[in-house]
Amino acid sequence: MLELRDITAGYERRRPVVEGASLILRPGESLGLLGPSGCGKSTLARVAALLHRPDRGTVTVDGRTATGFRHRAPRSLRTAVGVVFQQPRLAADPRMRLRDLVAEPLRATGRRAEAAAAVAGLAERVGLGADLLDRRPHEVSDGQLQRACLARALVLRPRWLVCDEMTAMLDASTTAALVGVVEEYRADTGAGLLAVGHDPVLLRRWCDRTAHWKEITGPP
Amino acid sequence: MTDAAPALDVRGLSVRFRMPGGRYVAAVSDASFRLAPGSCLALVGESGCGKSVLASALLGLLPGNADTAGSAVLPDGLDLLGAGEAVLARTVRGRRIGLVPQSPAAHLTPVRTIRSHLEEAVRELAHPSASAAARGRRAAREAVRAAAERAAERAAFPASHLDRYPHELSGGLAQRAATALALIGDAPLLLADEPTTGLDRELVHRTVDELRAHTRDAGRALLMITHDLAAAHRIADTVAVMYAGRIVETSPADAFFGRPGPRHPYARGLLDALPERAFVPIPGAPPELGALPPGCAFAARCPDADARCRTELPAPASGVACHHA
Ligand code: SF4
Repeated sequence: MLELRDITAGYERRRPVVEGASLILRPGESLGLLGPSGCGKSTLARVAALLHRPDRGTVTVDGRTATGFRHRAPRSLRTAVGVVFQQPRLAADPRMRLRDLVAEPLRATGRRAEAAAAVAGLAERVGLGADLLDRRPHEVSDGQLQRACLARALVLRPRWLVCDEMTAMLDASTTAALVGVVEEYRADTGAGLLAVGHDPVLLRRWCDRTAHWKEITGPP
Repeated sequence: MTDAAPALDVRGLSVRFRMPGGRYVAAVSDASFRLAPGSCLALVGESGCGKSVLASALLGLLPGNADTAGSAVLPDGLDLLGAGEAVLARTVRGRRIGLVPQSPAAHLTPVRTIRSHLEEAVRELAHPSASAAARGRRAAREAVRAAAERAAERAAFPASHLDRYPHELSGGLAQRAATALALIGDAPLLLADEPTTGLDRELVHRTVDELRAHTRDAGRALLMITHDLAAAHRIADTVAVMYAGRIVETSPADAFFGRPGPRHPYARGLLDALPERAFVPIPGAPPELGALPPGCAFAARCPDADARCRTELPAPASGVACHHA
């Protein structure tokens, strides 16, 4: 289970952008979280991915409640959740070749030896040609870079995926392709998914169920 | 088509980037389209297909290693591709072509209020103060202030938010502020570059409806560059689909999105990929613009490709560039 309980979070004291949000994902379940832009759903996605410390509330991943966030999150929890953001350019170190970008989580967890094989397999899975792996972010399109970011999110084989507006910048075909990659991965591994977005047509087609922001946040 | 001169007449526009080692990247090849006054053309395609390069070429904003060919002519005969930077800066950008940018929040200066942005644009582009200036500095200032407020109102930007800073605005209001700015020069042609990226559906609808109102009703032409087919569907009279630097299909929007549907296999694939349709991606990936194949650039991904497709470039004929359409 991935459980967010009564989360209040923000960037300034006394000005929370998320208030009293709660949601539960059963193992292997996919939930599409819908909300207008600026409603705080990206912040909640960051909390779910253990990348942002909430002011209040708890995050529980497969029975373990997170005691720290960002670099203080215990490694075993952090690696249980993979995350993909809306803007690949903000999420990718511009100096890194795509090959290293995809392998980064392996290196960060001391599993460098697995990198070559894992990257080759994932590149094929996300549709990234071998020639592209030696390029840097500015040498590829947004769609290609997002494919690399998805591969990076999958490289540790997380049990949960958080996709925050993963396809908002992408054309229809790349969107369908990346959603296909996520679903194939989930079918293989039984991973659960929290997909945050603003497009009801997309999220209803993609996820087991959808919830609206208003339904998961507390009364103001 | 109206009989009036087109608001923009693009013929054979090509952009090539010179790369180290004598290589070329053919970012745009032989693009042609006409945009009638009061009409909207949506140029759609995936990122990297050349559509943003085409927009930059029209505005004279290409980097130094770009070579252009062809023409892009405004109604008074000015060729945007031949005009020098001085002419483009002084008479085209903001004046004859209003630009609605991608991610307006990033386009606006964070340390200045919306009012200050609008007033600066008014001073630069609209000169409302010329007659007022005769009546003194104070009258001139008031004329600028009033013109800025009118501009805000035109774009439905609330007067109560004029003294806010860009980061204090919602995505929708930031977009309206950008639209207000784009309209100040009263340009007969608007160029909107991915104006709906990152906006939620409702806001996409509102943004394109507003853009539409500023164009069709006002006799302005709109060239919208987008990867968002739903936005294109809502706003466009004509759809032009770009693939690997070429316009592969140009079609009236209702025929394209409705019946009989797109004729080019790439355009068909793009529509089929929508979540409200088959939600099936086009297999494979587009070719590198620096290493285009000799025949049709879509051949490697096309279900209808044959030997001819792989060797012979299909020339556009009645709106579609395909050997088997
Ligand atoms: S020319 Fe051939 S390969 Fe190209 S789109 Fe048409 S059928 Fe397909």
